[in-house]
Amino acid sequence: MSFWNKIKKNENIYYAVTNTKVQIGVVLFLLILLLSIIGPMITRYSYTEFAGPGYEPPSSDYWFGTTIQGRDVFTQTVFGLRSTILVGFIGGLIASIIGVIIGLIAGYKGGWLDELLMMLTNVVLTFPTLAVLIIVAAYLPYRGIVNMAVLVGLTVWPWTARAVRSQTMSLKNSRFVDLSRISSNHIIRILFEDIAANMFSYIFMVFILQFLGTILATVGLEFIGLGPTRGISLGLIMQQAVNWNALELGMWWWGIIPGLILTIMIVSLYFINTGLDEAFNPKLREF
Amino acid sequence: MGKYFAKKLVIYLATFFVAVTINWAVPRFMPGDPILSMIAQFQGLEGGQQIIQERFIENFGLDQSLIIQYFEFWRSLFRGDLGISLMIYPRPVFDIIKSSIIYDIIIVFPAVSLSWIVGNKAGAYSGFNKKADSFVMPFFYFLASSPYFWFAIVVVYVFGFRFGVFPTSHAYGTGMTPGFTLPFIINFIRHWFLPFFTMFLVGLGGWAIGMRNMIIYEKKANYSEYMKALGAKDKLVRRYAFRNGVLPQVTGLAIQLGTIISGAILVQMVFSYPGLGYRMVQAVQTQDFFLLQGCFLALITMALAANFIVDIVYMIIDPSIRASYEEEG
Repeated sequence: MSFWNKIKKNENIYYAVTNTKVQIGVVLFLLILLLSIIGPMITRYSYTEFAGPGYEPPSSDYWFGTTIQGRDVFTQTVFGLRSTILVGFIGGLIASIIGVIIGLIAGYKGGWLDELLMMLTNVVLTFPTLAVLIIVAAYLPYRGIVNMAVLVGLTVWPWTARAVRSQTMSLKNSRFVDLSRISSNHIIRILFEDIAANMFSYIFMVFILQFLGTILATVGLEFIGLGPTRGISLGLIMQQAVNWNALELGMWWWGIIPGLILTIMIVSLYFINTGLDEAFNPKLREF
Repeated sequence: MGKYFAKKLVIYLATFFVAVTINWAVPRFMPGDPILSMIAQFQGLEGGQQIIQERFIENFGLDQSLIIQYFEFWRSLFRGDLGISLMIYPRPVFDIIKSSIIYDIIIVFPAVSLSWIVGNKAGAYSGFNKKADSFVMPFFYFLASSPYFWFAIVVVYVFGFRFGVFPTSHAYGTGMTPGFTLPFIINFIRHWFLPFFTMFLVGLGGWAIGMRNMIIYEKKANYSEYMKALGAKDKLVRRYAFRNGVLPQVTGLAIQLGTIISGAILVQMVFSYPGLGYRMVQAVQTQDFFLLQGCFLALITMALAANFIVDIVYMIIDPSIRASYEEEG
């Protein structure tokens, strides 16, 4: 009860946890997360193993059916989901960190530094991300989860930088920042303790979008065949489905189920993000 | 207006410069010496390796210093020399790009403009209509969340095989000869429809959500309340809210272009639709690095051109920019 009272005192958190969209989103996301954690433990097969006959539609033995060679799609999906979530998390984190730092500096410093950083941001923004990723990944001799995540993270940050910059610009003239400045606090302290701390909710939302963006870019790369060199991924399952003409053969489960789970996860993240937006933004609150 | 334009132009030039530099640097500085491993792939060919090696050394200018290599790279670029495709030997890469780019334009341009227009209208309707809102919004969220290629797979399955109403691969039937004949045009449009439809639907969701949120925001703005208090008709209030909401959507379009073009690459791959994206993926799969780099550059150039068009649209509809233009002129 006292915990609930604490939540009630903090208006932002109160509105966030009582928002229907946030609730739906969090529940969906946790379900998918649970699937990626528990799925690999409860499955009877390994993702490379020929688990049974090919062409099997979803059944009690093969929950998501089997591939043409008889691999279990459920097993492949849950393992792929794990790798996708991991890449999204690491890449999203990297992108958020880069974006926040560039946005803070550009917004706070202004002048030529701002111009330069925004130019860089706009240049990266203009690139079709996937094309850049293809060209770099194609030349990478070995691709692991971590270096994929770093690679994607390095290309999807501009959106954050722009958003954080405009927030910083509106915060930097507030009184508490002035006060901090005349107390001759170090600029790093001003940026992180005064400005960034005051848009924490905003940065969290940005992280969700970056998580999402990283996942989409990564899955796209995997689909082309430029995913991690070893292991299984959601994009790879779908690529194999397309390459083996699964759809023509009526094996819809092979190509569609893994993507459906991915899409549900993305919807859940969108819901959380929009719900938080409504919660933190009184103007959008009641409709 | 001049200043606005000059700033944009600098960004475009910088982007192009960075793209060319990436193109030049990636094969030369990536770990594991990609060029050597490319050459090594042709080891099996008798005498072929020698020819390939010479080709590579000549094309990459590997016997010269890095700075000269860099300038040479630019020079051959301006001559339109992007190397020769290894997959479709010996067709020049430039040639392949020229014949592919049209397929990108006919898919991306109509899909983007139509989904933007329809999405904005649908979003505005949903923003003003509470009943419709709770009904259609989940659908729009679903569309906006679908990865392009997954949605393409669903479309192929449903319309291509379940109902079998549309062909699902290539730009036209294998037995057709391109020309301005009625059967060919019908065949062509039938092949064009599904990739277009995929791009259109996935894009639609995002624009609708964006516009709907803008409208809810504008609806509560003081000017809307004031107009209502003055007794203005609902229709007029809506029109004003829409006009104010449209501007950020144009900015959004500029921001989204990169994502859309990335999406087009994957959609083309699912439909084997022979645009630049499809060629690029083919180039990856056959390790045809000249074609890969050429497609990359062409896609960037396309993104820049699309950005330029959006900029012009923005200048036309933004009253403040238009006003400053009239003052200057």
